[in-house]
Amino acid sequence: MAHAATAHDDHGHPTGWRRYVYSTNHKDIGTMYLWFAIFAGIIGGILSIMMRIELAEPGIQIFHGLAAMVYGGEADASIDAGKHMFNVFVTAHGLLMIFFMVMPAMIGGYGNWFVPLMIGAPDMAFPRMNNISFWLLPPALGLLLISMFVEGPAGAHGVGGGWTIYPPLSTTGQPGPAMDFAILSIHIAGASSILGAINFITTIFNMRAPGMTLHKMPLFVWSILVTVFLLLLSLPVLAGAITMLLTDRNFGTSFFVASKGGDPVLFQHLFWFFGHPEVYILILPGFGIVSQIVSTFSRKPVFGYLGMAYAMVAIGVVGFVVWAHHMYTVGMDADTQAYFVAATMIIAVPTGVKIFSWIATMWGGSIEFRTPMLWAIGFIFLFTVGGVTGVVLANAGADRSLHDTYYVVAHFHYVLSLGAVFAIFGAWYYWFPKITGYMYSEAIGKAHFWIQFIGVNLIFFPQHFLGLAGMPRRYIDYPEVYAGWNMVSSIGSYISAFSVLIFLYGVFQAFARKQKAGDNPWGAGATTLEWTLSSPPPFHQFNTLPVIR
Amino acid sequence: MQRRPVTPDSAKNRKVAILSALLVASMVGLAYASVPLYRIFCQVTGFGGTTQRAEAAPEKTAERHMTIRFDANTAPSLPWIFEPVQRSLDVKVGAENFAYYRATNTSDHTITGSAVFNVAPDTAGAYFNKIECFCFTEQTLKPGQSVEMPVSFFIDPAIMDDHGMDKVLTITLSYTFYPVDKPDSVSSSGKTSTETNLN
Repeated sequence: MAHAATAHDDHGHPTGWRRYVYSTNHKDIGTMYLWFAIFAGIIGGILSIMMRIELAEPGIQIFHGLAAMVYGGEADASIDAGKHMFNVFVTAHGLLMIFFMVMPAMIGGYGNWFVPLMIGAPDMAFPRMNNISFWLLPPALGLLLISMFVEGPAGAHGVGGGWTIYPPLSTTGQPGPAMDFAILSIHIAGASSILGAINFITTIFNMRAPGMTLHKMPLFVWSILVTVFLLLLSLPVLAGAITMLLTDRNFGTSFFVASKGGDPVLFQHLFWFFGHPEVYILILPGFGIVSQIVSTFSRKPVFGYLGMAYAMVAIGVVGFVVWAHHMYTVGMDADTQAYFVAATMIIAVPTGVKIFSWIATMWGGSIEFRTPMLWAIGFIFLFTVGGVTGVVLANAGADRSLHDTYYVVAHFHYVLSLGAVFAIFGAWYYWFPKITGYMYSEAIGKAHFWIQFIGVNLIFFPQHFLGLAGMPRRYIDYPEVYAGWNMVSSIGSYISAFSVLIFLYGVFQAFARKQKAGDNPWGAGATTLEWTLSSPPPFHQFNTLPVIR
Repeated sequence: MQRRPVTPDSAKNRKVAILSALLVASMVGLAYASVPLYRIFCQVTGFGGTTQRAEAAPEKTAERHMTIRFDANTAPSLPWIFEPVQRSLDVKVGAENFAYYRATNTSDHTITGSAVFNVAPDTAGAYFNKIECFCFTEQTLKPGQSVEMPVSFFIDPAIMDDHGMDKVLTITLSYTFYPVDKPDSVSSSGKTSTETNLN
């Protein structure tokens, strides 16, 4: 007990704005991450709804007017500005959702809140580093938003090169400062994530309570551990690649400049060496969350615990050697493509282990369909759909015709927008009572689930058809043959936008009615350490470390 | 604010953090190391249509014939006319061949250019050997001057053993000329157009 935490209690803790700005408390920082993710998610969501309004019908609907409104000028003269603005929205939507919504919510938010609680630690290993990890994010978001309003290509605003920022479009193609702002934004967000990753690794390795061996850790902690290792190994490569972009743009280097002996394709290799692990970074914490929820509401321990943990490790390891399946079209020879096809398909094996273990966990369980469980089952279903289209896309031959079509868009939204986001919402409803001490309304939570489930499926399922019919992604307009399913897709996006309003109302309503949740609202199935604490947990927990047997 | 005392725990934490930071640093190093490694990889394997260099053609030729097509491009900032003298050649695998390109400086000042090159399909790069090429050096043209530039090459007979190349009967050799010694960096040319547009 003679330890810093007790001494800390004695002088109280900062209140008001200082409590958050100066915060070194993992729960306060986690809460800030969650609010930040909600904020960024709403901006990213608004961008996507604008795109769906635009794509509801062939022709150009709103973006020339939007461009005129934001950047000045006459609507009719702003057609080109509008077209570019659409691409800017595509780019910003991707970057926002990846770096400022999913990652902060899963790793920063739930990771910060529940990794220390689940392993019986008083706080994170480096509380002040935790503070800077969070506070680097708002400036990074600010830089990204600024980039939308400064010059990108000559005479237009913002970065329109997609979240993959391939050169030469990101170098000679968009010489204005917008790209530099975006690059710096990714740098800072990356630094934030790397610091956070170091913190998590140290916490998980060194601060587990007595008896909490690695093989007894809850699967959510395992998922965060694998995720932060992926971050540590992949983000520096992205940082290196975008630094090369930056120096190519501003300081006369020629890493990616063909005229001076560089090679733009090298950027694609570097980017996807980061980018493929990145998509697992986005989904792995979701795997952990779903394992906790499914086990809780089936009142059974997770089926095949060790298999589940090492499946995540395997996904992480194999995730580093499949990157070129994003670039089958750059002209690799058949043998190289065959390798990447095979390696990619191998990932379906550990993923299948996870899916079937979740089902086996539910099998014979005493299943309770509370809101978090609905989201978790929704996740399993939707992630499987996305996984199956992933196996289709893994084939280099099929990819020739599907590359850069809406089929790919449908695929990665099924695993991310429907997979990762469903996991985030599941975790929200699962841990909301623990975080706030208040119970949410079950009726509102279920309405949110069903409306969002219908909405997102309406958006993305038709995009499979559009992609198979050859509709390319990242265009503001399309031929009339694609009109029907695009309209359906847009209607789906309005429905899911409405479901987000229900979500926000549910949060408001839960805080307003203040119905006490109790320490453990989920009963005997909730076995992890956070449910042994009060709701909300005390400002400092585990002053006496729990002993795990 | 009070400082936490240095305990065995914090020393242990520091060790893990430092190891993690080293991992990050080595991955950044690896990202930069990949630039020369990638270049070597392309040169060795012909990846991305990188052609090979050789001292002399092999002594024996093979029976297979292939069509070599010639392509020429100039960067927009280079006021040259650059074109192949012959559109295509029918060559015997293994035999040494000569082709010519012609470049004319249409401006009123002396310009130096250098050419980058590759072949399509990309997978043919490993078998396309150049013995002599104007692209190995920089070319300087006076105002109005026109030169014919040779390239000598052969197709490696090993191409016959690669079943991936069985259906490749045509290879396109492509050059793009860029100006050198010109401030053609991204930012400077970009800034100029930016300023014009703002006016």
